[in-house]
Parts: sequence; C-alpha cells; structure tokens
Amino acid sequence: MATTYTLISSNVLTGSAASVTFSSIPSTYTDLVLRISARTDRASFPEDYAKIEFNGSTSNLSSRILYGFGGSSGSTNDGSMVYGAVNGGSSTSNTFGNAEYYIPSYTASQNKPISISSVTENNGTTAVIYEVAGLWSNTSAITSIKLLSYYSANFVSGSSFYLYGIKNS
Amino acid sequence: MLSKLVQLSHYTELRENNVAATYEPIAATTLGSAASSITFSSIASTWTDLRLVLTAKGTSSNYPYMRFNSDSGSNYSLTRLQGDGSSAASGRQSNQTELFLINGSLDTTIPGLITVDIFSYAGSTYKTFLTTGSTDQNGVGYVVRIAGLWRSTSAITSVYLYTSPDQFAAGTTATLYGIKAA
Repeated sequence: MATTYTLISSNVLTGSAASVTFSSIPSTYTDLVLRISARTDRASFPEDYAKIEFNGSTSNLSSRILYGFGGSSGSTNDGSMVYGAVNGGSSTSNTFGNAEYYIPSYTASQNKPISISSVTENNGTTAVIYEVAGLWSNTSAITSIKLLSYYSANFVSGSSFYLYGIKNS
Repeated sequence: MLSKLVQLSHYTELRENNVAATYEPIAATTLGSAASSITFSSIASTWTDLRLVLTAKGTSSNYPYMRFNSDSGSNYSLTRLQGDGSSAASGRQSNQTELFLINGSLDTTIPGLITVDIFSYAGSTYKTFLTTGSTDQNGVGYVVRIAGLWRSTSAITSVYLYTSPDQFAAGTTATLYGIKAA
C-alpha cells in the first residue's frame, strides 16, 4: 500500500539564505504539509514572519490572523500576503520558531486555502502565537513553494524546512 | 436530499493485507454533486486517533456541523478562539446537540479548510478533539480554533458531517485518517 505521509524534500540551512524554494512538486499527493523550524537575522526584533508564495507569484494572496503576544491578543488581516511567525534576530540565542503550513487539495482546480499554526516562544519579553487562515486565489496546481522573510531578512544557519505530501488513498 | 455515505470496505481490505501504517487514510470522498451530509461509518477501532480533513464549500452561506455515532443528544460542548481579521473573540457552548465546525459560514466558491483531530476515539473515556477552521475568503473570513468534548464513553464508530441550511457543494472533499500510536 502506498505510504500516506511522505517527505518530498528537505532543506536544512548551513549558511544564511534569503529564501527557501521547493520546486518541481509532484502532483501525486492530495495535500501538502510544510514544517519549518526557522529564525532570521532581522535586527533588533525577536520575531519575524515567513511569507509563503506559490508558483513564482506574489499576487492573489490574502489572510486572516489570530495572534497572541503574551500580553495582548487580537486579530488582523492582510490583503496581499500569507505568513507564519518565526524567531527574529534579537530573540533568545539558539532558539528557532516552529510553523506548520497545511495546504489541502493543492492540485485541484480551485482556489487554495492554507492553514498555519506558528509559535516563537523564547523565554523573553516578546513571543508570539500566530494562527492563520490563508488563501491563494488561483486555480492552478501548486508546483513550487517559496518561503522568505516578511522583513527582507535572511534565514539563518540551522533553520530547517521539510515538505511532506499526504495521500488520501 | 442527497447524502454521501463513504464506503470503508476497500480501505479495510488494503490495510489487512499490508503492514500496519502509522498514518493512513481510512476513507475519502469528493462530492460530484451537492449533498446534505457526509457520513463515515463502520470505523474500526484499529487506530489510536482520528484526523478528519475537510475542504468544503456550501450551496449557500451555510454552517457545517458534526455529530458522532448519530448522537443528537445534548452531549457536546466546546470552547472556541476566533479571529475575523479585525477582532478576536472567545466563546463557550455547553450541552449542545451538535458541534459547529467553524464560527462562520462556508463560501459557495472558495473552499474553507477544516481539520478535526479526535484523540483516543476508541477509548472508554469522554472524547476530546481539536478543530482548526481556516476560511479566508479574500476580504472576509475566520480563523477558528476549537477545543471540543463529546460526553460519551462509547467508541466512535461513525462521523456525521452536515450543513444547515442547504448542502455541501460539489467539489467538497472529506478524508478520514487513522493515526496509530504503536
């Protein structure tokens, strides 16, 4: 029987990188799951955000966000991007934020919903839980995924990115 | 109205002839036409946890609900945390006859993603579950996280999904996975 949950590709950084891209994603799965443990070198801030883009496009992205910063909470939205939280350059050393991006039915001829759960706890004054409902308003099959810093920083060495495929039959 | 009963026999045969997997699909369906409900029945007690992944649209702006084992008694409760893109809120519902899966309606064209993790579904204690709802509709929508409880010590043998009013639209997909701890 075919394996249900399969690692498609991984990237563990041994140096800094402005972005991480998974390309030539096969169409043989049902859903995609992207799991990252990441940190950027964004100066002077303990948090950053890992934007996700599909098929080389930066358009038709939107999101609803539910967040908590340890002392405050709320909801906001973004009409042009989808992102999860990761640790920034001034967060506790040796600490990386975790995020899971779930993309169902990534080859279906319909707009693509995305669910993100992300956290950046670092035993400091600022950490964040970021829960996101995202949307890529595009009916094309997803063939590539790119992650990059919201603040144009670099992912640092040790950041890891794993792309899994889930097959429902 | 049309209802979709997802047959489990094919997947059961495949599983019995192979080494048990940790994370495996139990059954899946994609609606070719609108349906008022989707039912996963005859769920074996083979796994430890269940995970339901639903990518859903509605024939109108309707609300998705869930019940276990055809129980329509006041045995469901939940605590939710939600954001609509401008404000966050939390709420609680006790002694409900069903569980709503998102605090908002389905869209007729843009699919929303709903996952339900059901822990120790075959055990003899009350059943807890975690629901995530992600329904951005490019201008409106919700992100919802729900902690739920079904006050029954029976093993879950069926999962019943339905909308009110109207139906799940064609193109809605639902997959039930089993996760095995050992």
